[in-house]
Amino acid sequence: MNTEELQDLARNIRKSIINMLAEAGTGHTAGSLDIVEIMVSLYFHALKHDPENPDWPDRDRLVLSAGHINPALYATMSEAGYFPKEELLTLRKINSRLQGHPHNHSLPGIEASSGPLGQGSSVAVGMALADKMDNKPNHTYCIVSDGEHDEGQIWEAIMFAAKNKLNNLTFIVDRNHIQIDGTTEEIMPLEPFAKKYEAFNWHIIEVDGHNFTEIISALDKKSTEKPTVILAKTIAGKGIPAIENNWQWHGKTPTKDEAIEAIKQLEAR
Amino acid sequence: MTEIKKATRDGFGDAILELAQNNKNIVALSANLGESTKLDKLKKNFPDQYIECGVAEQNMAGIAAGLALSGKIPFITSFAAFSPGRNWEQIRVSICYNRANVKIASTHAGLSVGPDGATHQSLEDLAITRVIPNLTVICPADYHEAKKAVIAAANHNGPVYIRLGREPMPMITDENSSFEIGKCDILKEGSDVTIIATGIMVNEALKASEKLAEQGIHSEVINCHTIKPLDEETIISSAKKTGKVITAEEHQIIGGLGGAVAELLSQKLPTPIKRVGVHDTFGESGTAKELLEKYSCDSTAIIKSVKEII
Repeated sequence: MNTEELQDLARNIRKSIINMLAEAGTGHTAGSLDIVEIMVSLYFHALKHDPENPDWPDRDRLVLSAGHINPALYATMSEAGYFPKEELLTLRKINSRLQGHPHNHSLPGIEASSGPLGQGSSVAVGMALADKMDNKPNHTYCIVSDGEHDEGQIWEAIMFAAKNKLNNLTFIVDRNHIQIDGTTEEIMPLEPFAKKYEAFNWHIIEVDGHNFTEIISALDKKSTEKPTVILAKTIAGKGIPAIENNWQWHGKTPTKDEAIEAIKQLEAR
Repeated sequence: MTEIKKATRDGFGDAILELAQNNKNIVALSANLGESTKLDKLKKNFPDQYIECGVAEQNMAGIAAGLALSGKIPFITSFAAFSPGRNWEQIRVSICYNRANVKIASTHAGLSVGPDGATHQSLEDLAITRVIPNLTVICPADYHEAKKAVIAAANHNGPVYIRLGREPMPMITDENSSFEIGKCDILKEGSDVTIIATGIMVNEALKASEKLAEQGIHSEVINCHTIKPLDEETIISSAKKTGKVITAEEHQIIGGLGGAVAELLSQKLPTPIKRVGVHDTFGESGTAKELLEKYSCDSTAIIKSVKEII
């Protein structure tokens, strides 16, 4: 896929996210919008997967540790062919397969139930370790949010992965600088963020989280020695000027009117 | 004849060794307590199946979930105070909500940890595990039963919690006694009162029963090694026969075996119940024997409760 096609996909996914969240009336908008290029790069470039056969034993794995931004995951999976797009509007509703946070037993293709922050990171580490033990060539990816690094568990997982030289593991950090109650540097400063990973003996790649060329090149040049972290600088709420860079959009959703306006802006871009 | 005593944690250590030998997908995770949790032999003989996590119980639970979702059968180990104590939410979501095939084997449960004191004496673990969907909860009575429980847990598809003790205790079952997850064993039949016990309190129940018999009180003694799923049929039928029930556990009387039996009988066969165990308090330092006596986890406490209810 060329960059233009990827960008078209990203635009469609953002439209789906807006529609899903406006319909659901609850959920997390800013992070869902800013992770789109990364989701597209994973599902349409990096991941070895088969939407027709989600349990394919030789697939790569993706754990969305930041489970609250799963509208982006669902919308991308739907574009990839895991389930019909109409189902997206059932997000967060009763009897839906699209649970408020990902659940592996409700939707084929979801690797692990996640959402309570920090937990997905350890689960991803465990999956990568299992592949190592079995000499399988697969790769495990884990999307973690920046605010999620307030949790001690993440650093436990990071230490463990470095100790075990899990070169088949990549964390992608959504560095959007916001969390639910404010900016990350206000709530619990993370900087110098990259240096922290460096001190924990990971391979670090910093990218613009909205630049397909940079993301894809980072996904293609992971370390062969140690676990890799891709620190993706993102703009919270990317794509909708009224939502961008405002922490108050972390945990709220657009009204139906705001959604119509947002879709117009996405189409105009 | 000197009585041979062994701890339930030794049963775990011997069983996991056997399991690891026969199945390379069996792995054991340690949070820097491998020797205490009796993983030393496994570590020495099958180092590739021993995973050291450092003092990080939350991460250990998550890693085990990931391993299980990729086909391994992981046993996570630590003191019960820390696992499921510290990592309860990871057990709830990463393990149980995922239905990850992880076994939680926790040693040093109960007062019998002794001198380490209240911080290390887990008296709440049955309550906090029993309440989680998809989780089977087992509390073996002695060494042999622990060994069988660990093997049964490995063969059971789904998360299992196994509560183990540190202190060597008398053996009341043998290699050939039956063990089935979710099925109580009636160790002694009686018609005056039912004593339902779990873990090391099963032996205390048998001792109490003998003394009561001398006084003409005939008690039925039930070993309830599986707290969840509870063997409703056996418990109800015994309660129907005797009309009076005592529960006994080395655990808070709130939420554990006593709680489970009270919930069951209040719904299906209201029966007078007395719960023997720790009464909503923390423990303290002391020898296992001193603590079990002081905090009413012994045959004396059971006899007292039987007399009160009869």
